[in-house]
Amino acid sequence: MAWKSCRSGRPDVVRRVIGIPLSSIVPSEDSVLAAMGVPGDAEQGERVEKLVADALDELRGVACPRAVVASVTADEFSAIYEGEGDNHDPSPLADVFPRAEALVLFVATLGAPVGQRVSELFDEGALALGSTLDAAASEATELAGVHLDRTALRVALESGVADERTRALRYSPGYCGWSLTGQRALFSALDAREIGVTLTDSCLMEPIKSISGVIVLGPRETHEFDDDYPFCADCRTHDCRRRIAEL
Amino acid sequence: METLQKIASELERGHDKEVRELVKLALDDSVPAATILEDGLIAGMQVVGERFRAHEIFLPSVLLSARAMNAGVELLEPHLGKTDARSRGTIVIGTVKGDLHDIGKNLVGIMLSGAGFEVVDLGKDVSPEAFVDAASESGADVIGMSALLTTTMPAMKDVVALVEERGMTGKVKTIVGGAPVTEDYAREIGADGYGFDAANAVECVRELIG
Repeated sequence: MAWKSCRSGRPDVVRRVIGIPLSSIVPSEDSVLAAMGVPGDAEQGERVEKLVADALDELRGVACPRAVVASVTADEFSAIYEGEGDNHDPSPLADVFPRAEALVLFVATLGAPVGQRVSELFDEGALALGSTLDAAASEATELAGVHLDRTALRVALESGVADERTRALRYSPGYCGWSLTGQRALFSALDAREIGVTLTDSCLMEPIKSISGVIVLGPRETHEFDDDYPFCADCRTHDCRRRIAEL
Repeated sequence: METLQKIASELERGHDKEVRELVKLALDDSVPAATILEDGLIAGMQVVGERFRAHEIFLPSVLLSARAMNAGVELLEPHLGKTDARSRGTIVIGTVKGDLHDIGKNLVGIMLSGAGFEVVDLGKDVSPEAFVDAASESGADVIGMSALLTTTMPAMKDVVALVEERGMTGKVKTIVGGAPVTEDYAREIGADGYGFDAANAVECVRELIG
């Protein structure tokens, strides 16, 4: 696998389906608890610990993480990002992607059985385990994204389009000013049916434990922006601060 | 009664097996099922709700208590008459049309049931007509809507509009919630309430029903 530099202007796209190791996506018990709103210093007791451990066992039993990825040029991504014209303007990604050394579209999924198992548990009345499995699966989906960031960076280094200063950070439709309707252009450019992911009319990915977007590769300064865009006022997490700080 | 207090206490700790045994004991002692429900299970769940709102306990503990409550309710159901269970009100809940996220909505349902409300859960991808029809048929006091996508939020406005169109405004209140939903949006679409999380949603429903 090799990425083309997005500055090459060449229209060819490197597209691959890749498996993601299960070990890369199973979250820690602490992160599942954090996802469920438990502060780091709060003791939870044996029953909660068992609940989380059981949820992680369930996750290991049903998750089959895979992804489809493709490198694109800046011009190609510009058209994808424009989408249906619903993005916030200005937005961070609009400023960031033109500075990128490489751009990689992605769709990743844990697979349909994860959501099916959550539904089964709710149908059986196992609300606690079903909810906890759902939280664990959401964390696992994010970890699939992290794995792809690392993979994209490794391939970029091997391809010669990146160096030791390069960092990788992903953006997804529905966040940071990129309209959720941007999923349609993204999925047109990157057919994800091969990994079993489709888009509903309301731009919901099925299976639900899936993640999509673009990985931007470039030196740290490529990714930096302030969270003072107009829509930032409505953001509950400002997670961009943590992600940029961790680069 | 000591057994009822023990039921509440074990429920608060999420001890479902102990709750089941104590409910059996209470039934064997001829305690009315409705009393066990109200003064044992709902009383315990009420404390859980208060502690959750006060950030003394967190979601996993609430879920384990809900599991314990369900264990007790399962045993009581054959013994409960239609008029026995005192409902504090009826609420129809669902995830709006085009949206399949339901975990948050499920949690709201759990907490509303635990607080003594009758919950009619329509599931996910629920049309405006289904919300309003269910509210009409069940005599609901509140319609609660959840959306996790900006593309599906507009369906909430359709429900509010349909409530008005059917002449049910004032008789049925509406409350909205979900990650992209804000208080401003709730106000903009004419919803009666906004729940920023599950615990807050229960409080809002209490206020709306009065």
